[in-house]
Amino acid sequence: MKIILHGISGQHPSAKPGAVPALREQNLTVRAGEQLAVIGPSGAGKTTLLHLLACALKPSAGRLLLDDQDPWQLSRRELQELRGALFLAPQVPPLPPRQRVVTAVLAGRLPHESLWASLRSLFYPTDIALAERALAGFDVSDKLFDRVDRLSGGERQRVGLARALVSQASLILVDEPLSALDPTRSQHAIETLTRAAQERGATLVATLHHVEMALAHFPRIVGLRDGQVAFDLPAAEVTPQHLQALYAQHLHELSGLASTEADALPTDPAPVVMHCR
Amino acid sequence: MPNELPAPALMPTRPALRDPAWAARVFWALAGLALLWPAVVLTEFKPWVLLEPGALKPALNFVGAFIPPRMDAEFLGLLARETWRTVAMATAGLTLALLLAIPLSLLSVRVLSLSSLTGRMAMVPSVLRQGVRWLLLVLRSVPELVWALVFVRVVGLGPTSGVLAIALTYSGMLGKVYADIMESGDAHATTNLMRNGSGRLQAFFYGLLPQNAGELTSYTVYRWECAIRSSAVLGFVGAGGLGQLMDSSMKMFNGSEVASILLVFMALVWLADRMSAMLRKGLA
Repeated sequence: MKIILHGISGQHPSAKPGAVPALREQNLTVRAGEQLAVIGPSGAGKTTLLHLLACALKPSAGRLLLDDQDPWQLSRRELQELRGALFLAPQVPPLPPRQRVVTAVLAGRLPHESLWASLRSLFYPTDIALAERALAGFDVSDKLFDRVDRLSGGERQRVGLARALVSQASLILVDEPLSALDPTRSQHAIETLTRAAQERGATLVATLHHVEMALAHFPRIVGLRDGQVAFDLPAAEVTPQHLQALYAQHLHELSGLASTEADALPTDPAPVVMHCR
Repeated sequence: MPNELPAPALMPTRPALRDPAWAARVFWALAGLALLWPAVVLTEFKPWVLLEPGALKPALNFVGAFIPPRMDAEFLGLLARETWRTVAMATAGLTLALLLAIPLSLLSVRVLSLSSLTGRMAMVPSVLRQGVRWLLLVLRSVPELVWALVFVRVVGLGPTSGVLAIALTYSGMLGKVYADIMESGDAHATTNLMRNGSGRLQAFFYGLLPQNAGELTSYTVYRWECAIRSSAVLGFVGAGGLGQLMDSSMKMFNGSEVASILLVFMALVWLADRMSAMLRKGLA
Protein backbone atom coordinates (compact mmCIF):
# COMPACT_ATOMS: atom_id res chain seq x y z
CA MET A 1 0.00 0.00 0.00
CA LYS A 2 1.28 3.44 -0.91
CA ILE A 3 1.22 6.13 1.78
CA ILE A 4 1.31 9.90 1.36
CA LEU A 5 1.27 12.19 4.38
CA HIS A 6 0.72 15.80 3.53
CA GLY A 7 1.28 18.41 6.26
CA ILE A 8 -0.21 16.08 8.80
CA SER A 9 -0.64 16.82 12.52
CA GLY A 10 -2.02 14.53 15.14
CA GLN A 11 -2.52 14.22 18.86
CA HIS A 12 -4.11 11.74 21.18
CA PRO A 13 -7.85 12.39 21.67
CA SER A 14 -7.37 12.76 25.43
CA ALA A 15 -4.67 15.43 25.04
CA LYS A 16 -5.56 18.90 26.26
CA PRO A 17 -7.07 21.09 23.51
CA GLY A 18 -4.30 23.71 23.63
CA ALA A 19 -1.45 21.21 23.86
CA VAL A 20 1.25 21.01 21.19
CA PRO A 21 0.36 18.10 18.85
CA ALA A 22 2.51 14.98 19.20
CA LEU A 23 3.16 15.17 15.47
CA ARG A 24 3.27 18.53 13.68
CA GLU A 25 2.73 19.25 9.98
CA GLN A 26 4.82 16.45 8.60
CA ASN A 27 5.21 15.21 5.03
CA LEU A 28 6.16 11.65 4.21
CA THR A 29 5.79 9.37 1.20
CA VAL A 30 6.14 5.61 1.38
CA ARG A 31 6.04 3.47 -1.75
CA ALA A 32 4.06 0.25 -1.88
CA GLY A 33 6.07 -2.64 -0.48
CA GLU A 34 8.66 -0.39 1.14
CA GLN A 35 10.03 -1.22 4.58
CA LEU A 36 10.62 1.63 6.95
CA ALA A 37 11.81 1.96 10.53
CA VAL A 38 10.87 4.96 12.63
CA ILE A 39 13.34 5.78 15.39
CA GLY A 40 13.59 8.57 17.90
CA PRO A 41 13.56 9.31 21.62
CA SER A 42 10.55 8.71 23.84
CA GLY A 43 7.73 11.12 23.20
CA ALA A 44 8.92 11.95 19.70
CA GLY A 45 5.54 11.05 18.20
CA LYS A 46 6.35 7.58 16.86
CA THR A 47 3.20 5.93 18.21
CA THR A 48 1.07 8.87 17.08
CA LEU A 49 2.48 8.48 13.57
CA LEU A 50 1.56 4.77 13.53
CA HIS A 51 -1.93 5.48 14.84
CA LEU A 52 -2.43 8.09 12.12
CA LEU A 53 -1.35 5.58 9.46
CA ALA A 54 -3.63 2.90 10.94
CA CYS A 55 -6.64 5.26 10.76
CA ALA A 56 -6.88 4.78 14.51
CA LEU A 57 -6.46 8.51 14.96
CA LYS A 58 -7.99 11.27 12.90
CA PRO A 59 -5.42 13.87 11.85
CA SER A 60 -6.03 17.29 13.42
CA ALA A 61 -4.62 18.91 10.28
CA GLY A 62 -3.31 17.84 6.89
CA ARG A 63 -4.15 14.86 4.73
CA LEU A 64 -3.42 11.18 4.71
CA LEU A 65 -3.63 9.28 1.44
CA LEU A 66 -3.56 5.49 1.40
CA ASP A 67 -3.31 4.28 -2.21
CA ASP A 68 -4.34 7.81 -3.30
CA GLN A 69 -7.50 7.61 -1.24
CA ASP A 70 -8.28 9.80 1.77
CA PRO A 71 -9.69 7.37 4.37
CA TRP A 72 -11.43 10.19 6.24
CA GLN A 73 -13.54 11.00 3.16
CA LEU A 74 -14.96 7.48 3.17
CA SER A 75 -18.18 6.40 4.78
CA ARG A 76 -17.84 4.51 8.04
CA ARG A 77 -18.52 1.20 6.32
CA GLU A 78 -15.93 1.84 3.61
CA LEU A 79 -13.42 3.00 6.22
CA GLN A 80 -13.93 -0.23 8.17
CA GLU A 81 -13.39 -2.18 4.95
CA LEU A 82 -10.16 -0.26 4.35
CA ARG A 83 -9.04 -1.01 7.91
CA GLY A 84 -9.13 -4.68 6.95
CA ALA A 85 -6.15 -3.94 4.70
CA LEU A 86 -4.24 -2.30 7.56
CA PHE A 87 -2.72 -4.13 10.48
CA LEU A 88 -1.64 -2.34 13.64
CA ALA A 89 0.25 -4.32 16.27
CA PRO A 90 0.37 -2.15 19.40
CA GLN A 91 3.28 -2.31 21.81
CA VAL A 92 1.18 -4.00 24.49
CA PRO A 93 -0.23 -7.12 22.79
CA PRO A 94 -4.04 -6.84 22.75
CA LEU A 95 -4.86 -10.40 23.81
CA PRO A 96 -7.67 -11.36 26.20
CA PRO A 97 -6.09 -13.33 29.08
CA ARG A 98 -8.48 -16.27 28.91
CA GLN A 99 -8.17 -16.78 25.16
CA ARG A 100 -6.11 -19.60 23.71
CA VAL A 101 -3.07 -18.73 21.60
CA VAL A 102 -4.48 -20.42 18.49
CA THR A 103 -7.67 -18.31 18.71
CA ALA A 104 -5.71 -15.14 19.42
CA VAL A 105 -3.53 -15.67 16.34
CA LEU A 106 -6.39 -16.61 14.03
CA ALA A 107 -8.17 -13.41 15.13
CA GLY A 108 -5.81 -11.66 12.70
CA ARG A 109 -7.87 -13.18 9.88
CA LEU A 110 -11.23 -11.82 11.10
CA PRO A 111 -11.57 -8.93 8.61
CA HIS A 112 -11.19 -11.37 5.72
CA GLU A 113 -13.74 -13.95 6.81
CA SER A 114 -17.47 -13.97 7.38
CA LEU A 115 -19.06 -13.81 10.81
CA TRP A 116 -20.27 -17.36 10.35
CA ALA A 117 -16.78 -18.63 9.49
CA SER A 118 -15.29 -16.87 12.50
CA LEU A 119 -17.90 -18.40 14.82
CA ARG A 120 -17.24 -21.85 13.42
CA SER A 121 -13.54 -21.30 14.03
CA LEU A 122 -14.30 -20.63 17.71
CA PHE A 123 -16.00 -24.01 17.86
CA TYR A 124 -13.12 -25.78 16.14
CA PRO A 125 -10.16 -23.70 14.84
CA THR A 126 -10.42 -23.84 11.05
CA ASP A 127 -6.77 -23.38 10.11
CA ILE A 128 -4.58 -24.67 12.92
CA ALA A 129 -1.68 -25.20 10.50
CA LEU A 130 -1.72 -21.53 9.53
CA ALA A 131 -1.55 -20.43 13.17
CA GLU A 132 1.20 -22.94 13.81
CA ARG A 133 3.29 -21.66 10.89
CA ALA A 134 2.85 -18.05 12.03
CA LEU A 135 3.89 -18.92 15.58
CA ALA A 136 6.88 -20.92 14.34
CA GLY A 137 8.23 -17.74 12.76
CA PHE A 138 8.57 -16.35 16.26
CA ASP A 139 9.63 -19.59 18.05
CA VAL A 140 6.41 -19.95 20.01
CA SER A 141 4.69 -22.76 18.08
CA ASP A 142 4.86 -24.97 21.19
CA LYS A 143 2.36 -22.65 22.89
CA LEU A 144 -0.32 -23.21 20.23
CA PHE A 145 -3.02 -24.50 22.58
CA ASP A 146 -1.93 -22.68 25.76
CA ARG A 147 -3.92 -19.89 27.25
CA VAL A 148 -2.60 -16.34 26.83
CA ASP A 149 -2.42 -15.71 30.58
CA ARG A 150 -0.03 -18.66 30.95
CA LEU A 151 2.54 -16.93 28.70
CA SER A 152 5.44 -14.69 29.66
CA GLY A 153 5.51 -11.06 28.51
CA GLY A 154 7.91 -11.84 25.66
CA GLU A 155 5.82 -14.79 24.48
CA ARG A 156 2.70 -12.64 24.48
CA GLN A 157 4.44 -10.04 22.38
CA ARG A 158 5.47 -12.67 19.85
CA VAL A 159 1.95 -14.11 19.72
CA GLY A 160 0.75 -10.56 18.98
CA LEU A 161 3.24 -10.36 16.11
CA ALA A 162 2.22 -13.79 14.79
CA ARG A 163 -1.25 -12.35 14.31
CA ALA A 164 0.26 -9.96 11.72
CA LEU A 165 1.44 -12.91 9.63
CA VAL A 166 -2.05 -14.41 9.57
CA SER A 167 -3.74 -11.20 8.47
CA GLN A 168 -3.81 -10.40 4.78
CA ALA A 169 -3.07 -6.71 5.32
CA SER A 170 -1.13 -4.77 2.71
CA LEU A 171 0.11 -2.25 5.29
CA ILE A 172 1.64 -3.64 8.47
CA LEU A 173 2.31 -1.23 11.32
CA VAL A 174 4.19 -2.51 14.34
CA ASP A 175 4.83 -0.47 17.46
CA GLU A 176 7.98 -1.42 19.36
CA PRO A 177 7.83 -5.11 18.41
CA LEU A 178 10.99 -5.97 20.34
CA SER A 179 10.41 -4.22 23.66
CA ALA A 180 10.07 -7.48 25.64
CA LEU A 181 12.44 -9.71 23.64
CA ASP A 182 16.06 -10.75 24.16
CA PRO A 183 18.62 -9.98 21.39
CA THR A 184 18.48 -13.40 19.63
CA ARG A 185 14.72 -13.52 19.64
CA SER A 186 14.60 -9.88 18.46
CA GLN A 187 16.83 -10.73 15.54
CA HIS A 188 14.68 -13.67 14.49
CA ALA A 189 11.40 -11.81 15.05
CA ILE A 190 12.42 -8.84 12.91
CA GLU A 191 13.70 -11.16 10.15
CA THR A 192 10.38 -13.02 10.14
CA LEU A 193 8.43 -9.78 9.95
CA THR A 194 10.46 -8.23 7.14
CA ARG A 195 10.46 -11.47 5.14
CA ALA A 196 6.69 -11.93 5.51
CA ALA A 197 6.06 -8.35 4.41
CA GLN A 198 8.37 -8.80 1.43
CA GLU A 199 6.77 -12.07 0.32
CA ARG A 200 3.32 -10.58 0.09
CA GLY A 201 4.48 -7.15 -1.08
CA ALA A 202 3.07 -5.42 1.97
CA THR A 203 4.35 -2.09 3.21
CA LEU A 204 5.97 -2.40 6.65
CA VAL A 205 6.37 0.49 9.07
CA ALA A 206 7.91 -0.30 12.45
CA THR A 207 8.83 1.96 15.32
CA LEU A 208 11.96 0.76 17.06
CA HIS A 209 13.86 1.76 20.14
CA HIS A 210 16.67 -0.51 19.10
CA VAL A 211 18.67 1.62 16.66
CA GLU A 212 21.18 -1.06 15.56
CA MET A 213 18.33 -3.43 14.79
CA ALA A 214 16.64 -0.75 12.70
CA LEU A 215 19.82 0.03 10.76
CA ALA A 216 20.56 -3.65 10.16
CA HIS A 217 17.15 -4.76 8.95
CA PHE A 218 15.42 -1.79 7.36
CA PRO A 219 16.48 -0.13 4.11
CA ARG A 220 14.98 3.23 5.08
CA ILE A 221 15.16 5.03 8.42
CA VAL A 222 13.03 7.97 9.55
CA GLY A 223 14.25 9.83 12.62
CA LEU A 224 11.52 11.57 14.58
CA ARG A 225 12.15 14.17 17.23
CA ASP A 226 9.65 16.44 18.99
CA GLY A 227 6.92 15.62 16.50
CA GLN A 228 9.02 16.41 13.44
CA VAL A 229 10.96 14.35 10.94
CA ALA A 230 14.63 15.04 11.76
CA PHE A 231 15.98 12.91 8.90
CA ASP A 232 14.67 10.46 6.32
CA LEU A 233 17.55 8.50 4.81
CA PRO A 234 18.58 5.11 3.45
CA ALA A 235 20.00 3.08 6.33
CA ALA A 236 23.51 3.20 4.86
CA GLU A 237 23.56 6.99 4.99
CA VAL A 238 22.60 7.34 8.63
CA THR A 239 25.74 8.51 10.43
CA PRO A 240 26.53 8.51 14.16
CA GLN A 241 26.18 12.31 13.99
CA HIS A 242 22.58 11.95 12.86
CA LEU A 243 21.88 9.65 15.78
CA GLN A 244 23.67 11.88 18.27
CA ALA A 245 21.58 14.83 17.18
CA LEU A 246 18.38 12.77 17.21
CA TYR A 247 18.91 11.49 20.71
CA ALA A 248 20.55 14.64 22.20
CA GLN A 249 19.50 14.80 25.87
CA HIS A 250 18.16 11.27 25.49
CA LEU A 251 21.52 9.57 24.93
CA HIS A 252 20.77 6.81 27.44
CA GLU A 253 18.09 5.61 25.02
CA LEU A 254 20.62 5.22 22.24
CA SER A 255 22.46 2.50 24.17
CA GLY A 256 19.97 -0.01 22.84
CA LEU A 257 18.80 -1.08 26.28
CA ALA A 258 16.29 1.69 26.07
CA SER A 259 13.66 2.06 28.67
CA THR A 260 10.51 0.99 26.94
CA GLU A 261 7.88 3.32 28.15
CA ALA A 262 4.44 1.83 28.07
CA ASP A 263 1.72 3.85 26.40
CA ALA A 264 1.24 5.95 29.50
CA LEU A 265 -1.45 8.17 28.11
CA PRO A 266 -3.46 10.26 30.53
CA THR A 267 -6.84 8.63 30.58
CA ASP A 268 -9.91 9.24 32.69
CA PRO A 269 -10.02 7.16 35.84
CA ALA A 270 -11.96 3.95 35.19
CA PRO A 271 -15.20 3.53 37.15
CA VAL A 272 -15.07 1.26 40.17
CA VAL A 273 -15.53 -2.35 39.13
CA MET A 274 -18.41 -3.99 40.94
CA HIS A 275 -17.33 -7.55 41.61
CA CYS A 276 -20.33 -8.66 43.61
CA ARG A 277 -23.77 -7.67 42.56
CA MET B 1 22.81 13.59 70.67
CA PRO B 2 19.75 15.76 70.93
CA ASN B 3 16.66 14.62 69.12
CA GLU B 4 15.61 17.42 66.81
CA LEU B 5 12.22 16.02 65.94
CA PRO B 6 9.39 17.21 68.17
CA ALA B 7 7.30 14.60 69.88
CA PRO B 8 4.51 13.42 67.58
CA ALA B 9 1.27 15.19 68.35
CA LEU B 10 -2.24 14.20 67.33
CA MET B 11 -2.73 17.51 65.52
CA PRO B 12 0.58 18.75 64.18
CA THR B 13 0.91 22.48 64.62
CA ARG B 14 2.62 23.05 61.29
CA PRO B 15 -0.14 23.39 58.66
CA ALA B 16 1.93 21.56 56.03
CA LEU B 17 1.70 18.34 58.06
CA ARG B 18 -2.06 18.38 58.45
CA ASP B 19 -4.02 15.80 56.44
CA PRO B 20 -5.72 17.88 53.71
CA ALA B 21 -8.55 15.33 53.31
CA TRP B 22 -9.62 15.63 56.97
CA ALA B 23 -12.26 18.36 56.63
CA ALA B 24 -13.93 16.65 53.64
CA ARG B 25 -14.04 13.34 55.49
CA VAL B 26 -15.75 14.88 58.54
CA PHE B 27 -18.17 16.76 56.31
CA TRP B 28 -19.29 13.68 54.36
CA ALA B 29 -19.64 11.58 57.50
CA LEU B 30 -21.91 14.22 59.07
CA ALA B 31 -23.81 14.70 55.81
CA GLY B 32 -24.46 10.96 55.63
CA LEU B 33 -25.86 10.94 59.16
CA ALA B 34 -28.02 13.99 58.42
CA LEU B 35 -29.49 12.25 55.36
CA LEU B 36 -30.08 9.02 57.26
CA TRP B 37 -32.07 10.71 60.04
CA PRO B 38 -35.25 11.56 58.07
CA ALA B 39 -35.24 8.03 56.66
CA VAL B 40 -35.17 6.58 60.18
CA VAL B 41 -38.04 8.85 61.24
CA LEU B 42 -40.08 8.13 58.12
CA THR B 43 -39.81 4.34 58.39
CA GLU B 44 -40.69 4.42 62.13
CA PHE B 45 -37.53 2.50 62.78
CA LYS B 46 -38.03 1.25 66.36
CA PRO B 47 -36.37 -2.14 66.65
CA TRP B 48 -37.20 -2.38 70.36
CA VAL B 49 -40.93 -3.03 69.66
CA LEU B 50 -39.81 -6.50 68.53
CA LEU B 51 -38.92 -7.30 72.11
CA GLU B 52 -42.20 -6.16 73.69
CA PRO B 53 -43.97 -9.21 75.19
CA GLY B 54 -47.21 -8.59 73.30
CA ALA B 55 -45.46 -8.75 69.95
CA LEU B 56 -42.88 -11.35 70.86
CA LYS B 57 -45.25 -14.10 71.95
CA PRO B 58 -47.24 -14.72 68.72
CA ALA B 59 -44.05 -14.46 66.68
CA LEU B 60 -42.29 -17.02 68.86
CA ASN B 61 -45.35 -19.26 68.68
CA PHE B 62 -45.27 -19.18 64.86
CA VAL B 63 -41.53 -19.80 64.70
CA GLY B 64 -41.86 -22.51 67.35
CA ALA B 65 -44.30 -24.35 65.11
CA PHE B 66 -41.47 -24.61 62.50
CA ILE B 67 -40.05 -27.51 64.51
CA PRO B 68 -40.22 -30.21 63.41
CA PRO B 69 -40.53 -29.54 59.65
CA ARG B 70 -43.22 -31.61 57.97
CA MET B 71 -41.55 -34.64 56.44
CA ASP B 72 -44.27 -37.20 55.59
CA ALA B 73 -44.21 -38.87 52.21
CA GLU B 74 -47.35 -37.19 50.87
CA PHE B 75 -46.06 -33.69 51.61
CA LEU B 76 -42.56 -34.50 50.37
CA GLY B 77 -44.01 -35.67 47.06
CA LEU B 78 -45.95 -32.43 46.73
CA LEU B 79 -42.85 -30.49 47.72
CA ALA B 80 -40.70 -32.23 45.11
CA ARG B 81 -43.24 -31.47 42.37
CA GLU B 82 -43.52 -27.80 43.31
CA THR B 83 -39.74 -27.48 43.69
CA TRP B 84 -39.31 -28.80 40.17
CA ARG B 85 -41.93 -26.34 38.96
CA THR B 86 -40.14 -23.45 40.69
CA VAL B 87 -36.76 -24.38 39.24
CA ALA B 88 -38.33 -24.75 35.81
CA MET B 89 -40.05 -21.39 36.14
CA ALA B 90 -36.82 -19.64 37.19
CA THR B 91 -34.80 -21.35 34.45
CA ALA B 92 -37.30 -20.73 31.68
CA GLY B 93 -37.74 -17.13 32.84
CA LEU B 94 -34.00 -16.55 32.89
CA THR B 95 -33.55 -18.15 29.46
CA LEU B 96 -36.18 -15.89 27.96
CA ALA B 97 -34.57 -12.94 29.73
CA LEU B 98 -31.20 -13.86 28.19
CA LEU B 99 -32.72 -13.97 24.71
CA LEU B 100 -33.81 -10.38 25.23
CA ALA B 101 -30.87 -9.14 27.33
CA ILE B 102 -27.98 -10.27 25.11
CA PRO B 103 -29.01 -8.37 21.97
CA LEU B 104 -30.01 -5.34 24.03
CA SER B 105 -26.69 -5.23 25.89
CA LEU B 106 -24.80 -5.63 22.59
CA LEU B 107 -26.78 -2.72 21.19
CA SER B 108 -26.05 -0.52 24.19
CA VAL B 109 -22.41 -1.31 24.96
CA ARG B 110 -20.20 1.63 23.98
CA VAL B 111 -17.02 -0.39 23.53
CA LEU B 112 -18.46 -1.88 20.32
CA SER B 113 -18.89 1.52 18.67
CA LEU B 114 -16.95 1.94 15.44
CA SER B 115 -17.31 5.70 15.34
CA SER B 116 -15.91 6.16 18.86
CA LEU B 117 -12.70 4.39 17.80
CA THR B 118 -11.56 7.83 16.70
CA GLY B 119 -12.92 10.56 18.89
CA ARG B 120 -16.56 10.99 19.76
CA MET B 121 -19.37 8.59 18.99
CA ALA B 122 -21.50 9.65 16.04
CA MET B 123 -24.95 11.12 16.65
CA VAL B 124 -27.24 8.28 15.52
CA PRO B 125 -25.45 5.40 17.30
CA SER B 126 -25.16 7.47 20.45
CA VAL B 127 -28.91 8.19 20.47
CA LEU B 128 -29.65 4.52 19.74
CA ARG B 129 -27.44 3.35 22.62
CA GLN B 130 -29.06 5.81 25.01
CA GLY B 131 -32.50 4.68 23.83
CA VAL B 132 -31.69 1.02 24.49
CA ARG B 133 -30.42 1.97 27.96
CA TRP B 134 -33.72 3.68 28.70
CA LEU B 135 -35.62 0.61 27.50
CA LEU B 136 -33.56 -1.54 29.88
CA LEU B 137 -34.32 0.92 32.66
CA VAL B 138 -38.07 0.68 32.02
CA LEU B 139 -37.93 -3.12 31.90
CA ARG B 140 -36.15 -3.45 35.21
CA SER B 141 -37.84 -0.65 37.12
CA VAL B 142 -41.25 -2.36 36.95
CA PRO B 143 -41.15 -5.01 39.75
CA GLU B 144 -41.71 -8.60 38.61
CA LEU B 145 -44.70 -8.74 40.96
CA VAL B 146 -46.45 -6.09 38.89
CA TRP B 147 -45.60 -7.85 35.61
CA ALA B 148 -46.95 -11.08 37.15
CA LEU B 149 -50.23 -9.42 38.15
CA VAL B 150 -50.55 -8.13 34.58
CA PHE B 151 -49.83 -11.53 33.03
CA VAL B 152 -52.09 -13.41 35.44
CA ARG B 153 -54.92 -11.38 33.94
CA VAL B 154 -53.76 -12.16 30.40
CA VAL B 155 -52.74 -15.83 30.51
CA GLY B 156 -54.52 -16.87 33.71
CA LEU B 157 -53.19 -18.41 36.92
CA GLY B 158 -50.15 -20.65 36.62
CA PRO B 159 -46.42 -20.69 35.99
CA THR B 160 -46.62 -19.04 32.54
CA SER B 161 -47.29 -15.63 34.04
CA GLY B 162 -44.38 -16.15 36.44
CA VAL B 163 -42.04 -17.06 33.58
CA LEU B 164 -43.04 -13.99 31.59
CA ALA B 165 -42.73 -11.70 34.60
CA ILE B 166 -39.22 -12.96 35.40
CA ALA B 167 -38.24 -12.73 31.74
CA LEU B 168 -39.17 -9.06 31.43
CA THR B 169 -37.73 -7.74 34.69
CA TYR B 170 -34.60 -9.83 34.49
CA SER B 171 -33.87 -8.91 30.89
CA GLY B 172 -33.67 -5.31 32.07
CA MET B 173 -31.30 -6.16 34.92
CA LEU B 174 -29.14 -8.56 32.91
CA GLY B 175 -28.89 -6.24 29.93
CA LYS B 176 -27.83 -3.29 32.04
CA VAL B 177 -25.29 -5.20 34.13
CA TYR B 178 -23.88 -7.09 31.11
CA ALA B 179 -23.25 -3.75 29.41
CA ASP B 180 -21.66 -2.37 32.60
CA ILE B 181 -19.40 -5.40 33.00
CA MET B 182 -18.26 -5.22 29.38
CA GLU B 183 -17.58 -1.50 29.64
CA SER B 184 -15.62 -1.74 32.88
CA GLY B 185 -13.29 -4.47 31.59
CA ASP B 186 -10.12 -3.82 29.61
CA ALA B 187 -11.24 -2.79 26.10
CA HIS B 188 -7.82 -2.91 24.46
CA ALA B 189 -8.28 -6.30 22.79
CA THR B 190 -11.70 -5.37 21.41
CA THR B 191 -10.78 -1.94 20.06
CA ASN B 192 -7.64 -3.32 18.46
CA LEU B 193 -9.67 -5.95 16.59
CA MET B 194 -12.06 -3.30 15.31
CA ARG B 195 -9.16 -1.00 14.37
CA ASN B 196 -7.76 -3.82 12.29
CA GLY B 197 -11.02 -4.12 10.39
CA SER B 198 -13.08 -6.81 12.14
CA GLY B 199 -16.81 -6.46 12.42
CA ARG B 200 -18.41 -5.57 15.74
CA LEU B 201 -19.82 -9.04 16.37
CA GLN B 202 -16.48 -10.62 15.51
CA ALA B 203 -14.80 -8.22 17.94
CA PHE B 204 -17.36 -9.27 20.54
CA PHE B 205 -16.71 -12.99 20.13
CA TYR B 206 -12.91 -12.72 19.84
CA GLY B 207 -12.23 -9.83 22.23
CA LEU B 208 -15.00 -8.63 24.50
CA LEU B 209 -16.50 -12.01 25.43
CA PRO B 210 -13.28 -13.86 26.35
CA GLN B 211 -12.17 -10.76 28.24
CA ASN B 212 -15.28 -10.75 30.46
CA ALA B 213 -16.63 -14.31 30.31
CA GLY B 214 -15.94 -15.10 33.97
CA GLU B 215 -17.78 -12.10 35.37
CA LEU B 216 -20.68 -12.50 32.97
CA THR B 217 -21.16 -16.16 33.92
CA SER B 218 -20.97 -15.64 37.64
CA TYR B 219 -23.46 -12.79 37.44
CA THR B 220 -25.84 -14.91 35.35
CA VAL B 221 -25.76 -17.75 37.90
CA TYR B 222 -26.33 -15.27 40.71
CA ARG B 223 -29.37 -13.96 38.82
CA TRP B 224 -30.66 -17.53 38.44
CA GLU B 225 -30.51 -17.79 42.22
CA CYS B 226 -32.45 -14.52 42.49
CA ALA B 227 -35.00 -15.83 39.98
CA ILE B 228 -35.65 -18.86 42.20
CA ARG B 229 -36.27 -16.58 45.15
CA SER B 230 -38.49 -14.22 43.20
CA SER B 231 -40.50 -17.12 41.80
CA ALA B 232 -41.41 -17.76 45.46
CA VAL B 233 -42.82 -14.27 45.74
CA LEU B 234 -44.64 -14.69 42.43
CA GLY B 235 -46.33 -17.82 43.79
CA PHE B 236 -48.17 -15.57 46.24
CA VAL B 237 -50.03 -13.95 43.34
CA GLY B 238 -50.93 -17.29 41.82
CA ALA B 239 -47.99 -18.10 39.57
CA GLY B 240 -47.63 -21.59 41.07
CA GLY B 241 -44.56 -23.36 42.41
CA LEU B 242 -43.14 -23.34 45.92
CA GLY B 243 -44.42 -19.82 46.50
CA GLN B 244 -48.03 -20.83 46.07
CA LEU B 245 -47.50 -23.78 48.40
CA MET B 246 -45.92 -21.45 50.95
CA ASP B 247 -48.83 -19.02 50.57
CA SER B 248 -51.40 -21.68 51.47
CA SER B 249 -49.28 -23.00 54.35
CA MET B 250 -48.85 -19.48 55.70
CA LYS B 251 -52.58 -18.82 55.49
CA MET B 252 -53.22 -21.95 57.55
CA PHE B 253 -50.46 -20.98 60.05
CA ASN B 254 -48.85 -24.36 59.36
CA GLY B 255 -45.31 -23.60 60.59
CA SER B 256 -43.92 -27.07 59.97
CA GLU B 257 -44.83 -26.92 56.27
CA VAL B 258 -43.33 -23.42 55.97
CA ALA B 259 -40.15 -24.73 57.57
CA SER B 260 -39.87 -27.58 55.05
CA ILE B 261 -40.34 -25.15 52.16
CA LEU B 262 -37.73 -22.78 53.56
CA LEU B 263 -35.28 -25.68 53.86
CA VAL B 264 -35.81 -26.44 50.18
CA PHE B 265 -35.12 -22.78 49.37
CA MET B 266 -31.88 -22.90 51.31
CA ALA B 267 -30.86 -26.05 49.46
CA LEU B 268 -31.58 -24.41 46.11
CA VAL B 269 -29.59 -21.29 46.98
CA TRP B 270 -26.73 -23.47 48.19
CA LEU B 271 -26.88 -25.39 44.92
CA ALA B 272 -26.73 -22.19 42.88
CA ASP B 273 -23.79 -21.03 44.96
CA ARG B 274 -21.86 -24.27 44.33
CA MET B 275 -22.66 -24.10 40.65
CA SER B 276 -21.40 -20.53 40.40
CA ALA B 277 -18.19 -21.43 42.24
CA MET B 278 -17.66 -24.39 39.93
CA LEU B 279 -18.26 -22.37 36.78
CA ARG B 280 -15.99 -19.58 37.91
CA LYS B 281 -13.27 -22.08 38.66
CA GLY B 282 -13.70 -23.65 35.25
CA LEU B 283 -13.49 -20.27 33.53
CA ALA B 284 -10.75 -18.83 35.74
